[in-house]
Amino acid sequence: MRPYLLKGHERPLTQLRFNREGDLLLSCAKDKSPTLWFSEDGKRVGTYMGHNGTVWTADFTLDSTRLITGSADSSARLWDTETGESLFTFQFQEPCRAVDFALGDDMAAISSDPFMAAPARIHIVRIEEDITDQDATPVRQMESDKSGRVSRVQFTDLNKTLLTASEDGCLRRWDVEVGKMIEEKQVHEKQVQDMQLSLDGTHVVTASTDRTSKLVDVQTLETLKNYNTERPANSAAISPIYDHILIGGGQEASQVTTTSSRAGRFESRFFHKIFGEEFGTVRGHFGPINAVAFHPDGRSFTTGGEDGYVRLHHFDADYFSTRFLN
Amino acid sequence: MAGKMRWGDTLDDDDFLPPTTVTGPDAKGIKTMVEYKKNDKGDLVKTTTKMRVSRVERKQYNVVKERRQWKRFGEAVKESADDNYTVQAVEEIPFERIQKQKQTQAEKKEAADLKQALAGTDKQAIVGSLKDMLYKKRMERQLAAARGQLQVERPPEEDGPDGAPGSSLPAPGQGKPGGWVPPSLRNRQAGGDTGDSMRRREENSVRVTNLSEDTREDDLRDLFSPFGNISRIYIAYDRETGENRGFAFVNFVFREDASRAISNLDGYGYDNLILRVEWAQPRAER
Repeated sequence: MRPYLLKGHERPLTQLRFNREGDLLLSCAKDKSPTLWFSEDGKRVGTYMGHNGTVWTADFTLDSTRLITGSADSSARLWDTETGESLFTFQFQEPCRAVDFALGDDMAAISSDPFMAAPARIHIVRIEEDITDQDATPVRQMESDKSGRVSRVQFTDLNKTLLTASEDGCLRRWDVEVGKMIEEKQVHEKQVQDMQLSLDGTHVVTASTDRTSKLVDVQTLETLKNYNTERPANSAAISPIYDHILIGGGQEASQVTTTSSRAGRFESRFFHKIFGEEFGTVRGHFGPINAVAFHPDGRSFTTGGEDGYVRLHHFDADYFSTRFLN
Repeated sequence: MAGKMRWGDTLDDDDFLPPTTVTGPDAKGIKTMVEYKKNDKGDLVKTTTKMRVSRVERKQYNVVKERRQWKRFGEAVKESADDNYTVQAVEEIPFERIQKQKQTQAEKKEAADLKQALAGTDKQAIVGSLKDMLYKKRMERQLAAARGQLQVERPPEEDGPDGAPGSSLPAPGQGKPGGWVPPSLRNRQAGGDTGDSMRRREENSVRVTNLSEDTREDDLRDLFSPFGNISRIYIAYDRETGENRGFAFVNFVFREDASRAISNLDGYGYDNLILRVEWAQPRAER
């Protein structure tokens, strides 16, 4: 593999997202402008100008015409993906940490951090097709007072429930209709950094600083598999075509200078989904990996690191021809 | 084509080269390209290249094709061609497969079996178990090299045992009184030096001859390490071909290990050749 190195950001990456077809890649970093790239050759399409702080998160609509981003400047913005124009701003009092479009793109969930006296909140907003009708008032607001920051939100069960991952290591299921919590489960010992849904929507993979990554059933919040990473895991993704889990992480950024880069385990690491064993690595980053994503066709993947680089890898033929045996 | 040219014309114009012709692709998808060029001596060299042309069909969504035409926006508008926001890595980054723990345990067992066999005195048993292990290891290494997972070591440039990097293991009695010597001076000193380093080289040194051309340091290490700690391995490489010259020196830390290796491996069949293993003669007598 000869990966493409995308140098659009000068600060650590926070999240990477592919659109449905996988031709577009959005990178968010601790700088003001999320950047759109063509995933095939890594060419930069444009940057979304308007935020005034770290952009923590983003999501595409299913048809890729719109984009929602959440930023530490206490706002979430809707964008026109093609022109880079900011269509609408949801202004909050607290930094926004996670966003997710509902199936059908008529709703979005936005989580805000606990700040001053305010607890962590999850806001459900309605997304109007005609942007002139768009309203900033959330239709539901759920307070998650014990959880600390809500690092990921994910609509599941055909928008009936919302799954959230948070700083206290718990996963929670919320009833979107009623706005109440249905279930919570302590899955990790430390904060959950990332949670990504499988292709069929039945399970999620989580990544936590407690040095594990877990496969969790969406309906029961039961832990199905445990992947021991030995270093803090910052992001994890499920291959859409194989039983492979991609995990990115590495030693904490604050301790990086104290050890050699070998010991830091800054590689992208591949675990077998069922057997739970690590079977391959791809090296490249000089610091911890903060974000990973699989291309929807499973033939390429991308990683974003604390070093500010996005690396876009297209698998060689041997990845597809060699099977993971026993 | 070259036949149609009159010989007088070719003499008149030294730079004249017949044009490159491309034929095909034919029914089997084979494209033939004929090129002519002059080599260093001024002779005409004809190169025929045959290529198989294959069509790869790739499905693409219509929306993706449309999006490919999108105009740049934001910061990307100001981007010029030499800004290099996207670069392709020069280095080939492999997907590194992780060796399974199970396999290494099996190997450990093999090594234990080998040790046990060596402890005995039955020469036949020793040679038999060694042979199995070495053949397996060698094949594994060649397979890895063929897949590009393992970098094949280049033979060292130096000729003669002086200054050859040889073994990476620390040799006993290394610390020289003169302290650090720049690499450029090391050879010169070693030539006139009859002190420690020379003696170390000849200490417990075993000469191995009748090696096959593609034997590498790793192979020798596998072959000799069951007998004891090795301080240095030196293989004589041919400067021109890079192949080894059929002999090598192996130094052991302990003399008894060396003598055990000699008694067990002399006359041992390796790579269809019969090895000759003996004490190395001091340099002066050679």
